[in-house]
Amino acid sequence: MATIHVDGKEYEVDGADNLLQACLSLGLDVPYFCWHPALGSVGACRQCAVKQYKDADDTRGRLVMSCMAPASDGSYISIEDEEAKAFRENVVEWLMSNHPHDCPVCEEGGNCHLQDMTVMTGHNSRRYRFAKRTHENQELGPFVSHEMNRCIACYRCTRYYKDYADGTDFGVYGANNNVYFGRPESGTLESEFAGNLVEVCPTGVFTDKTHTERYNRKWDMQFAPSICQQCSVGCNISPGERYGEVRRIENRYNGDVNHYFLCDRGRFGYGYTNLETRPKQPFTYQGEEQVSLNTEQAVQTASDIIKSSTRVIGIGSPRASLESNFALRKLVGADNFFTGIEAGEQQRLEKMLQILKTSGVYTPTLREIEKYDAVVILGEDITQTAARVALSVRQAVKGKAREMAAVQSVAEWQIAAIQNIGQHAKYPIFTTHTDRTRLDDVTAWHYSAPAADQARLGFAIAHAIDPSAPAVKDLNDELQKKADFIASALKQSRKPLIISGSQAGEMALIDAAANIAKALKSQGVDEVGMTLVAREVNSMGLTMLGGKSLDEALSAISEGADTAIVLENDLYQRVSAQRVDQALDQLKHLIVVDHQYSDTSKKAELVLSAGSFAEADGTVVNLEGRAQRFFQVYDPSYYKPDTLVLAAWRWLHLVSSVNNAQASDAASLDQLIAEIASDMPQLAGIVEAAPNADFRIHGQKMARSPHRYSGRTAMRANISVHEPRQPQDQDSPFAFSMEGNNNPKADRNEVAFAWAPGWNSPQAWNKFQDEVGGHLRNGDPGVRLIEVSNQGEYFSEIPASFVATEGQWQVAANYRLFGSDELSQRSAVIQERAGQQAVTIHPADAKLLGVNEHATVSFAWGGQQWQLPLSFSEHICSGTIGLPLGTNGLPASLAGQMIDNLQEGHA
Amino acid sequence: MSLSINKTAESHPLTWCLREDEQPVWLDEYRRKEGYVGVEKALAMHPDEVVGLVKDAGLRGRGGAGFPTGLKWSLMPKDESMNIRYMICNADEMEPGTYKDRLLMEQMPHLLVEGMIIAAHAIKAYRGYIFLRGEYVEAAENLRKAIEEAKSAGLLGKDILGSGKDFELFVHTGAGRYICGEETALINSLEGRRANPRSKPPFPAVSGAWGKPTCVNNVESICNVPSILNRGVDWYKGLTVNGSNDCGTKLMGFSGRVNNPGLWELPMGTTAREILENYAGGMQEGLDLKTWQPGGAGTDFLLPEHLDLPMDFEHIQKAGSRLGTALAMAVDHKINMVSLLRNLEEFFARESCGWCTPCRDGLPWSVKVLRAIEHGEGQPGDIETLEQLCRSLAPGHTFCAHAPGAVEPLQSAIKYFREEFEAGISGQANNLREIRGIQPNQQ
Amino acid sequence: MNQPIKIVTVSDDSDGFVLSDADAQAIEHEKHHYEDPRAASIEALKIVQKSHGWVPDGAIKAISDLLGIPASDVEGVATFYSQIYRQPVGKHIIRYCDSVVCHITGFEDIVTELEKQLKIKPGQTTPDGRFTLLPTCCLGNCDKGPTMMVNDDTHVRLVPSNLANILEQYQ
Repeated sequence: MATIHVDGKEYEVDGADNLLQACLSLGLDVPYFCWHPALGSVGACRQCAVKQYKDADDTRGRLVMSCMAPASDGSYISIEDEEAKAFRENVVEWLMSNHPHDCPVCEEGGNCHLQDMTVMTGHNSRRYRFAKRTHENQELGPFVSHEMNRCIACYRCTRYYKDYADGTDFGVYGANNNVYFGRPESGTLESEFAGNLVEVCPTGVFTDKTHTERYNRKWDMQFAPSICQQCSVGCNISPGERYGEVRRIENRYNGDVNHYFLCDRGRFGYGYTNLETRPKQPFTYQGEEQVSLNTEQAVQTASDIIKSSTRVIGIGSPRASLESNFALRKLVGADNFFTGIEAGEQQRLEKMLQILKTSGVYTPTLREIEKYDAVVILGEDITQTAARVALSVRQAVKGKAREMAAVQSVAEWQIAAIQNIGQHAKYPIFTTHTDRTRLDDVTAWHYSAPAADQARLGFAIAHAIDPSAPAVKDLNDELQKKADFIASALKQSRKPLIISGSQAGEMALIDAAANIAKALKSQGVDEVGMTLVAREVNSMGLTMLGGKSLDEALSAISEGADTAIVLENDLYQRVSAQRVDQALDQLKHLIVVDHQYSDTSKKAELVLSAGSFAEADGTVVNLEGRAQRFFQVYDPSYYKPDTLVLAAWRWLHLVSSVNNAQASDAASLDQLIAEIASDMPQLAGIVEAAPNADFRIHGQKMARSPHRYSGRTAMRANISVHEPRQPQDQDSPFAFSMEGNNNPKADRNEVAFAWAPGWNSPQAWNKFQDEVGGHLRNGDPGVRLIEVSNQGEYFSEIPASFVATEGQWQVAANYRLFGSDELSQRSAVIQERAGQQAVTIHPADAKLLGVNEHATVSFAWGGQQWQLPLSFSEHICSGTIGLPLGTNGLPASLAGQMIDNLQEGHA
Repeated sequence: MSLSINKTAESHPLTWCLREDEQPVWLDEYRRKEGYVGVEKALAMHPDEVVGLVKDAGLRGRGGAGFPTGLKWSLMPKDESMNIRYMICNADEMEPGTYKDRLLMEQMPHLLVEGMIIAAHAIKAYRGYIFLRGEYVEAAENLRKAIEEAKSAGLLGKDILGSGKDFELFVHTGAGRYICGEETALINSLEGRRANPRSKPPFPAVSGAWGKPTCVNNVESICNVPSILNRGVDWYKGLTVNGSNDCGTKLMGFSGRVNNPGLWELPMGTTAREILENYAGGMQEGLDLKTWQPGGAGTDFLLPEHLDLPMDFEHIQKAGSRLGTALAMAVDHKINMVSLLRNLEEFFARESCGWCTPCRDGLPWSVKVLRAIEHGEGQPGDIETLEQLCRSLAPGHTFCAHAPGAVEPLQSAIKYFREEFEAGISGQANNLREIRGIQPNQQ
Repeated sequence: MNQPIKIVTVSDDSDGFVLSDADAQAIEHEKHHYEDPRAASIEALKIVQKSHGWVPDGAIKAISDLLGIPASDVEGVATFYSQIYRQPVGKHIIRYCDSVVCHITGFEDIVTELEKQLKIKPGQTTPDGRFTLLPTCCLGNCDKGPTMMVNDDTHVRLVPSNLANILEQYQ
């Protein structure tokens, strides 16, 4: 700690900070542009100037840039000094000299750091009377718009894109007051994290293109604290809605999880919530004709079906909330509840959960990953399967430069000096996959091999670390040397991190990862961490809840279950169409509860129209075992009274109550959560994941909209000029509309949208944090459910090395960030970004087959046929075929299966 | 160097061995003229002794800022584990009005090479670069040839003169940007990056080129070193005249419309009047001296009454300017100060690297105001705007010294010649004008 | 000063740029002078420029591949430095000093005469592709101004009446 004096007042601050951080953390307003909590200081914009004095007696002082000056003990500064104020006003005036002042037509308006800082400095009259410099813009792909004339040259974009996210197709060009930020050419931004430019840019150069189509001001939107549904990381998001549709996703700060950044799938993939094809009312069929039902009819229909059935099974979903899965389980009974996860994946998830609980190895939060100093990733291309983790790993790798700089007493925020001292130095990262990965640019060594061989390497590393770990037989010398090398690098590290997951489709990889972590622990590397990546938003939650696999559900159907209720799950995405068809055709009744109209829905006799994550509340558990609540953003029936969508758990509850009055009395979310907690001790913690519906601030609910929200009285004027009462939210502590509290200083950690007086942009998160860039003042939301204990033994099922069979190809899982996720793949912009997916084989195999690259090849599996373009990779093992699982209807269960009918052209 | 001045090794250490025919002095001739004796002496000494010697000699940087060279060398880390170190010569001479390093490099390439070897020995550098501006084609050619000659003679490369010391020297040519003369920008440019300056600390001595300890010295500074080694501290200190506290000789000159513009090696402390009148031959027929810059485009203007000041760091600073490069520029009475400043600020605005706001956006504004005033279209308040820019672009307010240097001539021009600026102000303040919206780019 | 930055398409085949073996070798050679190949980027651009007169789009990609740095970095450097030309230039490049001493000694008259003779403005190339006229920073000939360079030749003490003779030397 350090004592600093600001405008005559004494404060205790963190002496390792710079003065800007220190002042902002104290709640003092100092304007800034080029500094960003996650990007460090470079001193380019000169906006954060303050007066610094040598000591208490110095009255003259001199201007310093607060971002570049350490908050050392005994510092005397003044923010309010006249010279400093005048200079700061000058800086904005200079920045504005080339800014087009086009706020009325700029999408950043009302969400703009430049506006906020301009107001803060008091610059309100233009003296500059000359022509402004102009630029041409680039087409940057489906996600991000470019308007360079608004640029104030703070250099944040290039520092984020290149230095933080390690993107290569972006930079700064030109010199003097003619600098240009963009790609070397027009074209889609290649980084998976490009969308963060929208929030990193302090003005409207980079804006959310998906929002442009149906734009409105930030203050005219309704928000709620939400959780990204697009993978198992559980990034916190703040979806914004107007007129009954989600219009953009903003990052929601969580100091433990995603802090300032999201991946592009999470930010831009929300389009599925707005699809016209979604069921808006429950419906059934009379003959061929689809008939919409009201609530009572729908519930009665479901109840009638259930009553007429001999055995009703429920198939849950890892993309549905714990509440919905639990409600289904309750409705059908534990014996009849199935998770909806394919058997192999479920086994892997159960193993992962077992490891999380009993390996004795700590699972870091996403934020903590950034501090590890050696990383092994077995089997996962995490940029595709848990992208935000990859961005954290990239920061971990840069820790080497931070360490080298620290030796020279260079502060953590001196980012340019750190980069200069670090040069190319990186902490070691070792990866294995069936092919190259998107982390290749930072890896020390990468091993491309079939999953079994990757696992063998993993086991060998564990054995090299701890000889008592099971040894691998017949490992070739070269690989053994690599295993020894990696083992020694890991042993020398202070905080090694081992990452693996379920998506390679190979249990042994998870076992091997656990063995490495345990071996390190046994050798005294106590700070070893382990991150196991699951596939879907609630994969871990559902695994904790428990239930039998999808395969068993399908067997149950063939064994006589005549009715199935499928919750938010397109079974065709998971196992072969043949098996699904076979099972569903045997059913007498199929009820689907979903917010998407999937191939499974098409087979249903009754569809109960569920709310998307933006229309419902619920709890999901991420890969680290953190339970997080997402809250309903809007009530769709307010805008379209004929819309009838309810949270899936509410449908299921209603059906339960009609069906069996004793089943459940959980009429509200809180009651349901309480019931889960009492029925399922392992999930009891979810009660604490978020405040309950009774939470109030000074007697008020929290507002979902900024207080400037406009047009409310006219919102439904097309229906009726009488404004109805706003929807009432019984389930959460949030009020629809702007009514309620949104004070940033209130004791709360669930924040619907970032706003504080004078701070309209995402930089308003400063005002909610204990210290800028740290944790939320009242704790980061969410609760970790898993206490790790040390009971496990080494795993010893070491697979045999892969041997290719002529004419057969083992499927290597190539999940794609854009395209593999069941939900976001329905969004048009994601489809555009994903483009055409290809299958990958080794060129030598192609030669044997006599096919050329880019040719169309076909194959059949599980009663389904695919035709896809072919791409070559020198890195994929001969005898294996990389398939973009999840895309093109390629089900997850294909991983590790054999394809024996690959041929050119159409099947 | 046409003036016939009797130059000796004792009086003109930098230029005495220049040839009458202005051809380069190659190795044999250079060695005949005491060349590389300094290297031999230095190699026999401990590096710290060499540093001490240069420190004691009171050599101050000749690039413009006047930082003591020996002190700069002594800032290199004592930590021997930081064993990759770089010695860089700043030969990016681009300050308008400056033409001294060019002469040394074109005609005396071995003097610089010798100085580099000694400096490298002193700071324990294993590799050096001469960062030369791209337009100095002849200098590049001559330096490269000198390096080859020195290599063949065992003066560069492995085990120099059997001393066990290695030093490799390269000529690195730039691609045109004034800011490359700023030592940290120079390092970025050397690394193949955009020449944005770096923030200090850490200083290059700790973390310079590729993060390694690095020393950057100006050509003329380095060229002073061999004779200091050769003839010693007392001799060097004794070269000074007029009670100057600075030591040694300095290349000084006068340009502009004087009778004999040029460059002369003169003792520190020589008065400006002596240079202007005795060496540069006074103002051209019919022209009066109106004002002058003592040492390059980025130094404050001085008046004729300041001509009797000794040209050294201290005296010129006291008069409100800086010695800079000590190559003075005479402005005659026919030159309009507004036009002159417009030209100067155009240069500084164009050569801004674009990194920090005040420089990138403030200097172009000053250019536009000056153009308006030059065309008689200035408005009330314009001079105040310029004055405010001068105050705002002060040292420490901007990222590097570029913008503060840019406003030095502007502030002094307004101070001394305000009426010329006022003459360009017409009409009423009016920032309301036709709104033309965002204009299309010119192709 | 306010010319928009030309952002051009970098692609392998659009402009048919081929890095010659000699240039590639020269760049490879430069790499070894530095701790990091990136340092050769400016020299690489100059090598290409020497062969082609300017730096075509394809060269950016070629240099980026050769040095193992992103094309965006090469382009960032190419557009930063004033003596790298990212647009086609004439056979001969006239760089006249427009700095302050030449302002005093009258470079404006020289430019006016050059403009008259060449019928182009600074920044432009003659229609026959013979000359490109560019301003440049102080050339360090302040005692011999006004001054200009034509290609690598320096011309000093210019007077308008003698310009035609100088231009005549560059066909």
